[in-house]
Amino acid sequence: MTNQRKPGTPASTIEDPQWTESADGAADSPWPSIPANLIPPHLTNATASTRPMRMLVVWCPDWPVIAAAAAAGAPPLAPVAVVLANRILACSATARARGVRRGMRRREAQGCCTDLLVFVADPDRDERSFEPVAAAVEELAPGVEVVRPGLVAVPARGPAGYFGGEEAAAERLVDQVASRTGVECQVGVADGLFAAVLAAHRGVLVPAGGSPAFLAPRPVNELAEFIGQVGLDRTGPNAVGRNNGKGADGRRQVSAGLIAQQIDLVDLLRRLGLRTLGAFAALSENEVASRFGADAVLAHRLAGGVAQRPPDRRSPPPELMITQVLDPPADRVDAVAFAARTAAQRLHELLGSYGLACTRLAIDAETEHGERHSRVWRCAEPLTVHGIADRVRWQLDGWLRTARLRSGVCLLRLWPEEVVDGRSLQLELFAGGGATAADDERAARALLRVQSLLGPEGVFTPLPDGGRGPAERVNAVAWGDERVARFGPELPWPGQLVRPAPSTVPVDPPPARVLDEQGEQVTVTEDDRLTARPVRVVVGGKPRAVLGWAGPWVVDRQPSMAGGALRLARVQVLLAGEETAERKGELALLLRTSGDRWLVEGIYD
Amino acid sequence: MSASVTSLATRGVPPGAVRVASELTEAPADLAVGRVLPVRAELADLLPLGGLRRGSTISVRGSNSLLLALLATATSSGSWAAVVGLPELGLTAAEEFGVVPQRLAVVPKPGGELVSVVAALLDGMDLVVVGAAGLGRLGRRGNELAKRLSARARHRGAVLIAAGGVWPGTDLELCCTEMHWLGLGDGHGYLAEGKLEIAATGRGAAARSREGTAVLACAAGSNLANPNSATPAATTPTATTPTRDPFKAPVELVG
Repeated sequence: MTNQRKPGTPASTIEDPQWTESADGAADSPWPSIPANLIPPHLTNATASTRPMRMLVVWCPDWPVIAAAAAAGAPPLAPVAVVLANRILACSATARARGVRRGMRRREAQGCCTDLLVFVADPDRDERSFEPVAAAVEELAPGVEVVRPGLVAVPARGPAGYFGGEEAAAERLVDQVASRTGVECQVGVADGLFAAVLAAHRGVLVPAGGSPAFLAPRPVNELAEFIGQVGLDRTGPNAVGRNNGKGADGRRQVSAGLIAQQIDLVDLLRRLGLRTLGAFAALSENEVASRFGADAVLAHRLAGGVAQRPPDRRSPPPELMITQVLDPPADRVDAVAFAARTAAQRLHELLGSYGLACTRLAIDAETEHGERHSRVWRCAEPLTVHGIADRVRWQLDGWLRTARLRSGVCLLRLWPEEVVDGRSLQLELFAGGGATAADDERAARALLRVQSLLGPEGVFTPLPDGGRGPAERVNAVAWGDERVARFGPELPWPGQLVRPAPSTVPVDPPPARVLDEQGEQVTVTEDDRLTARPVRVVVGGKPRAVLGWAGPWVVDRQPSMAGGALRLARVQVLLAGEETAERKGELALLLRTSGDRWLVEGIYD
Repeated sequence: MSASVTSLATRGVPPGAVRVASELTEAPADLAVGRVLPVRAELADLLPLGGLRRGSTISVRGSNSLLLALLATATSSGSWAAVVGLPELGLTAAEEFGVVPQRLAVVPKPGGELVSVVAALLDGMDLVVVGAAGLGRLGRRGNELAKRLSARARHRGAVLIAAGGVWPGTDLELCCTEMHWLGLGDGHGYLAEGKLEIAATGRGAAARSREGTAVLACAAGSNLANPNSATPAATTPTATTPTRDPFKAPVELVG
């Protein structure tokens, strides 16, 4: 089928030729002079429930140009254009009057208008400079949705009711935006976002229920234009809209593929003879769904002025901080624990009322003397009320014990730094058996549980680190903390012991005596030798004969290093063992000396 | 005594030959299915199924090296291990034995919460090592709690290893009966490898006691060798350690 369809020839896909012809003819007629019988019957008798929400749209024409000109400080009447990929994306009214059009090449546009100021498109700049406009609208009409920079939608019912009519509300908004930001805007009111945007482009108020009639004569190209700017909402109200109008991160991403699809669809519709939105809307949804794709169904709903989705309102973030005043000030752990439990309960209830749970918790305590400490806890899973209480208790306990808080705590603040949907509190039911990720998660939960019993420092994983002695060569990293080495095992460590390291490293090294043949204590000389050959070693009161020995490995620590000057020597000894009931054989020890005392630093067992 | 086990384990059994009942349970499939956690080759011969059977309780006595060697292969193949109540365990040695430090959680001082900590860890870890001395401090209730922990391990499919003490109702007991160190001379050399004589007794598949020698030379094992440090693979220590003046410090070996 070609574009040049003769008037009066029925289109094969349209069941009612008279409707199609008249709609074609009506495409040029000004709204609202459409006879009521041309409106598809399934749209005119739409009930209030299928009719989309009445929207008020504030539209700032040529927003990229306004933003670019404002950023560059260009004079208001100068011809300005914004280019993207060497094509004109938007131009000012002055430039338009001189023949510049959207989609022109830059060079071509400069040919029409020699003093054209050209700026590169910058969506971030558009978003940023639009925020004051959105805020100005929000002052009068709460619950705004920034559709894209330059376009704000707000449910019309609230402002219309408050200012006594939609027209009055529209006037107030135009004045408000102009006085607050100095930007000109147009307001349109209609049922549904699509109709309201088109209404704003024309600066009209479409009466309630009049959207289908208002849309019917518009060309189908409007669909591609609108979807290209706003995108289709395939996923429902929550998926895209959460961050609407909140800067670059929340910007709607309209993929190039989607725009291309819509252009294809519009092209196809035009070739089928469906040149107006009304003609497209007259098709039944079944017909559209069976002949075109799922996106076309959404476009069809738009064209018919039927609700695509409910509006996603931007609402100010709720106040989630909990402040707990402790009177009298708590300086004992049990008193603090009690306060922690109350505060945790309150925070949990507050979060629960928003359907949220907390994954990063900030704790802030103030004392009578004005000291103030904060710490953020990060958790692998959303915190339960006990989890919050435990972390508050551990933190305050830690501060009180390490005397970082020198007086009683009188003020406690808790707030969530990160929240997730409350339903994530449920454990995953179908974790694959044996999969490493699932195992890791299971292990992490077990360790968190242990941390809840013993405090955050109670569980650690070792991290190999640089050092010389067996205890120095490992860094205990509390579970959940970042695993960062202090020095690095790959550095050269003169005086480091050779492998293997002792498998037992006493926490409090027991003293030992190293004796020579005469029973004299053996020490280390200035030139790194033992004064005599060790013959007996006394550990725990029992003398044992030395079967073999090696060393000393000497560490000379410079005075500039942490811990001050130190001279250490280590010796490995192999002692004859006494036979016990279970175990016989030799005893291999690592002995350490500084000065004339010997300590058992490690046992090779 | 060591030779007998090694020969028995390595001897090829002709097909159809009559075998000892306990050998029949040594199904290599268990290792593949994951019901048995792998251990180092030198220890596999001592264990009834060639590895640590999930759900079992094992007591290890007399040697921390043996303990670490048991953990090494399992953690490097993706399992998680936790060590509770053993503050003196050498963690540098653990790394040298091939224990993956990221998957080794250490709870050095569980204090009075020992039982709850172990119970929580059994839910999430594949291997939980408990210092049995901590249980002894619980007094008369200790035995009962130990049995409950063993039951929990059985239920969760974890391996509970009781270190350095008596634990009631273990499936397998590994006891280091004798230990010899090679590589240390009279004023020269260094401790290079330990030879452990290990006796394994138990019940069920492990009812027949076994004894064996494991040479735990961590330098020769699967380890995260540090190329810069002087760590010669000490297979024959006498050959690598030159004879020296006994009073001269072997500074060449250092660093």
